[in-house]
Amino acid sequence: MQRLNHYFGLHRENAVTAFHDMFKQPLASALTIAVIGIALALPAALSLLVQNGRAVAGSMEDVRDFSVYLQPGLPLEEADNLAAKLRLKALVDKVSVISADTALEEFRDSSGFDNAITALETNPLPHTLTVRPAAVADGDSLQTLAEELTANPLVDQVRIDTEWVKRLSAILDLLKRSVWIAGILLIAAVIIIVGNTIRLDIQSRRDEIEVYKLLGASNRFVRRPFLYIGICYGVSGGLFGLILLVISALILAGPVETLTGLYGSSFVLQGLNTLTMGSVLGGGILAGWIGAWTAVARHIAAIRPA
Amino acid sequence: MISFDHVTKRYDGGRDALRNVSLEIPQGELVFLTGPSGAGKSTFLKMLACIERPTRGQVFVNGANIGRLPDRQIHRYRRQIGLVFQDNKLLQDRSVFDNVALPLVIAGLTERETGKRVRAALDQVGLLKKDKTVPRKLSLGEQQRVGIARAVVSRPGLLIADEPTGNLDPELSLDIMSLFRRFNDIGVTMVIATHDLNLLDQLGGKRLILADGEVRGGDFDPTEGGF
Repeated sequence: MQRLNHYFGLHRENAVTAFHDMFKQPLASALTIAVIGIALALPAALSLLVQNGRAVAGSMEDVRDFSVYLQPGLPLEEADNLAAKLRLKALVDKVSVISADTALEEFRDSSGFDNAITALETNPLPHTLTVRPAAVADGDSLQTLAEELTANPLVDQVRIDTEWVKRLSAILDLLKRSVWIAGILLIAAVIIIVGNTIRLDIQSRRDEIEVYKLLGASNRFVRRPFLYIGICYGVSGGLFGLILLVISALILAGPVETLTGLYGSSFVLQGLNTLTMGSVLGGGILAGWIGAWTAVARHIAAIRPA
Repeated sequence: MISFDHVTKRYDGGRDALRNVSLEIPQGELVFLTGPSGAGKSTFLKMLACIERPTRGQVFVNGANIGRLPDRQIHRYRRQIGLVFQDNKLLQDRSVFDNVALPLVIAGLTERETGKRVRAALDQVGLLKKDKTVPRKLSLGEQQRVGIARAVVSRPGLLIADEPTGNLDPELSLDIMSLFRRFNDIGVTMVIATHDLNLLDQLGGKRLILADGEVRGGDFDPTEGGF
């Protein structure tokens, strides 16, 4: 039990010492932490951009609505039946029926052709279904649904702008992949930065390491403080990255709200959630540890007392 | 017991630092290694400290062939020996207490046991009251005493010292060597490399004279292979 306490005591001491060691060269450490923080904040910011992009798309659902024009002269009951069948489909969120009479009234009010419309002997407009796709429906599935409806004998025409949906979906997919690539590259950068910092630290403490080894220290004992220094850099960089993200979100929240308001959207900028915060901090710790490990694995064992 | 069995050490470049050295040093002996510069004294000590390995032959310490120890086991062997250096190799940013405690911290002793042993070691070298001082504020003689306290704190069976009085004046040198004598009196085997022949006359102990990498005399009997 005493041995175990001693073991954990050493870890605690190494962690505290590593934290203090970072402040022995405050400027150099601050610059390293800033670079790590920026490198961690960038992919997190891109990720938030994608999340907000999807939320923006969600808040503009009516843009994805499409119209199904039924055959002229079709009884309204038939239109209601078709609407009921459509509502049962998983790809469909909502279906509204606009009768030919309602459509004509709306056209009369909005077009200004009141006299011309009154002169018509019959209503030329068909009953129309306005379909709002479910959130799960992407461009391809909507196209399939549209083709299915077009083949229906009750339907005259389907108006759907799937290209727009496809473009939005493609942009978001592209961004999502970019986030992954940027994330991997920037985490690799953090690993290299921490590894190089630890390597320089090992070189500057070479004499001390030799003394440790002469007194019987194992490589594991010698490398432990350096691993904690790497973790300290990762934690500090992660916290700095989170601060950058919070500040950025606060600065952008107002202008984004104004912009989306101009498009009639009630969209509110989504800030940091627990997952993003955990990813930035966890990514920092992991990258710091791996970076330190790559340095100590190569350089500590190579140091032999002369 | 220390045993060198036909040990040769050849460095890169082809120079033989030790040539076919065979000898035995009994447990509890105090041996002074003397000889001119380049005689092989440091190489001899480096073999004992597992810093160098023999090119040929074998080195045994208490029955273990330390010349063939795998790298991953060398640290365990070094915990069983004490090392004193000419430049003392103290960590200048740590207190005297922390420097002396280092071998015990490495060995994983508890804080309580470490404190007890460090205080005892510092008391033996007369520096108990300076335990919180950093080494650079001590005199050279005091720094060497701290180095000795660090070497004996883990109660090693073998103490190796390379020119421990090389930087000290004659009075301090005698003081330091007397400390070694006291530790030897309680059974620690000591191998000390030194140029200072005057000190040897005052302290006793056995001499081993090296020249050109070979044993050339002293109290060593080549026909017997020991002292």
